Amino acid sequence: MTDGSISKKALKSLSLPGGGRGRSGENPGDRAGVQSRRKIIQRVMFAFFKAAAVINAIALMIIVSFLVAKGYRAINWSFLTEPPIDSMTKGGILPCIVGTLCLSLGAIIVALPIGVASAVYLHEYARPGRVLRLIRLGINNLAGVPSVVFGLFGLAFFVVYLQMGVSILAGCLTLGALTLPVIIGSAEEALRAVPDTYREASLGLGATKWQTIYRVVLPAALPGVLTGAILGISRAAGETAPIMFTAAVFFTPSLPTSIFDEIMALPYHIYVLATAGTEIEKTRHLQYGTALVLIVLVLGLNLVAIIYRARLRKRRTG
Amino acid sequence: MKASQRSGQSRRRKEKSIRILFFAVASASILTLSLIIIFLFMEGVPIFEKVSLKEFILGKYWYPTYDPPEFGIFPLIVASLAVTAVASLISIPLGVMTAAYLAEIASSRLREIVKPIVELLAALPSVVIGFFGMVVVAPFLQNTFNLATGLNLFNAALMLAFMSVPTICSISEDAIFSVPKELKEASLALGATHWETIWRVIVPASISGISTAVILGMSRAMGETMVVLMVAGGAGMIPTSLFDPVRPLPASIAAEMAEAPFRGDHYSALFATGIVLFAFTLLFNLVADHVSNKYRQVGAATL
Repeated sequence: MTDGSISKKALKSLSLPGGGRGRSGENPGDRAGVQSRRKIIQRVMFAFFKAAAVINAIALMIIVSFLVAKGYRAINWSFLTEPPIDSMTKGGILPCIVGTLCLSLGAIIVALPIGVASAVYLHEYARPGRVLRLIRLGINNLAGVPSVVFGLFGLAFFVVYLQMGVSILAGCLTLGALTLPVIIGSAEEALRAVPDTYREASLGLGATKWQTIYRVVLPAALPGVLTGAILGISRAAGETAPIMFTAAVFFTPSLPTSIFDEIMALPYHIYVLATAGTEIEKTRHLQYGTALVLIVLVLGLNLVAIIYRARLRKRRTG
Repeated sequence: MKASQRSGQSRRRKEKSIRILFFAVASASILTLSLIIIFLFMEGVPIFEKVSLKEFILGKYWYPTYDPPEFGIFPLIVASLAVTAVASLISIPLGVMTAAYLAEIASSRLREIVKPIVELLAALPSVVIGFFGMVVVAPFLQNTFNLATGLNLFNAALMLAFMSVPTICSISEDAIFSVPKELKEASLALGATHWETIWRVIVPASISGISTAVILGMSRAMGETMVVLMVAGGAGMIPTSLFDPVRPLPASIAAEMAEAPFRGDHYSALFATGIVLFAFTLLFNLVADHVSNKYRQVGAATL
């Protein structure tokens, strides 16, 4: 019913020149002029729309190609496999790569089980009502918390209150909280894509709800969940503000040996070299190189997820 | 008989406890959100023993390391709002138009190409965008407009715009895409052109989703840290021109936390700044949630 009323309202606002009413005194030449003017307006507007889409593509291309052009010269085997030397004006970025891998994998280890279980509750168990609405509100707002506030939270809660100190563990937990909404969102999408007939068939065979979820629904949703996990890893790998106060340090000569160690990380390394060094210009090539490694890692993971997801959708619809 | 009854009972009990377990885990998000609020307040509130809330919010001077220190975050709030507003002027048209292009105009082949591009744009780490703003956009602005510094409000807003375009675009696209076909077909059948249909039928019908997208995009721009930390210029004054250097709230927190003495006044003032920032984004998100719930989109139950 609402559909009808709104469409009527919407259509009423269409006061189309030359449409419908058939004014008798109208000169046919005029009408053709109006028609072609309407067509021209459409063409102009569509050109604007297309330009908007193209601007996005250009922005991405400029940033990526600029970093590739400037960064590829810095990258060689020793850049990737050696620690920085001479107060970070020379040498490689191995500790940063290792650090970013530790942090993002740790974050996903924290967020994946909680995120998937939350999605299972939301999609399979919860009934519409106040509780569901409250949980959703919590997730939406958690997704909107600024990254630097996650950093403050990690500092106050994990580092200070739980006495973890500035450590990999504190960083992983902070990043885990930040990636949780990403994981929940994609896991829910994956569960939604599992046809109800699967559930009905399983329940019809006498399986309990949990057996159905564990043996039928989750295996069917697994590829979608994995896509979400990859996106979560890439998100965690690129974040800087949450690890500034919880895990990352300017410089540490050795690779981490325990989860209570401080760590270097790619995004923080870029920030430090680009802003806090005494010889910012001298280390430019290291900055470009580090930025290139980071975007290759992050965009690479995203591309994998995008292609994988496109294949999944094709298989589902095809 | 009895045995099977008992096993049925234990089965049911097991099912119930699993259900409760999942509910408990699903509450983790709310728990985290509550912990964030609690700990922000725990560390931030002590500053209000030194300055009043009014002085803190409306004070015009932010000199936390002076003696005596001044803790007025008004210039930082103005900077955050200004950067967000300018960014929105760029990102809203760009995001919504791209969304309309994807949902209505582009062929499915083009869609397959442009959509991933928008997603990759969203995936670019903020520190990389900030870095790009520093080394490319800043010198360009400085030379072109003959400025004292290219690290300023406009540069930050431009970089932020490209960070919030993907948010605005993907949510708007969902909204536009889920407008019922009947509306569109009726309009076209009455002789409206495709553009007239988009402008007068499809956009009005999906306006609640588009509004949600815009608000969330603005919230993203406001909370984004690395970009404003690296390219906004860092001057804690109220901007008078588009090319003034500014110091938005997140930049101040990120830049000063490392030097602030643990649990000192400066430290808790930064947490209090975090509370203000959090309150702003929470407000944006609650408004977005309200809009998408109250003004349910035509023909779509989700969003």
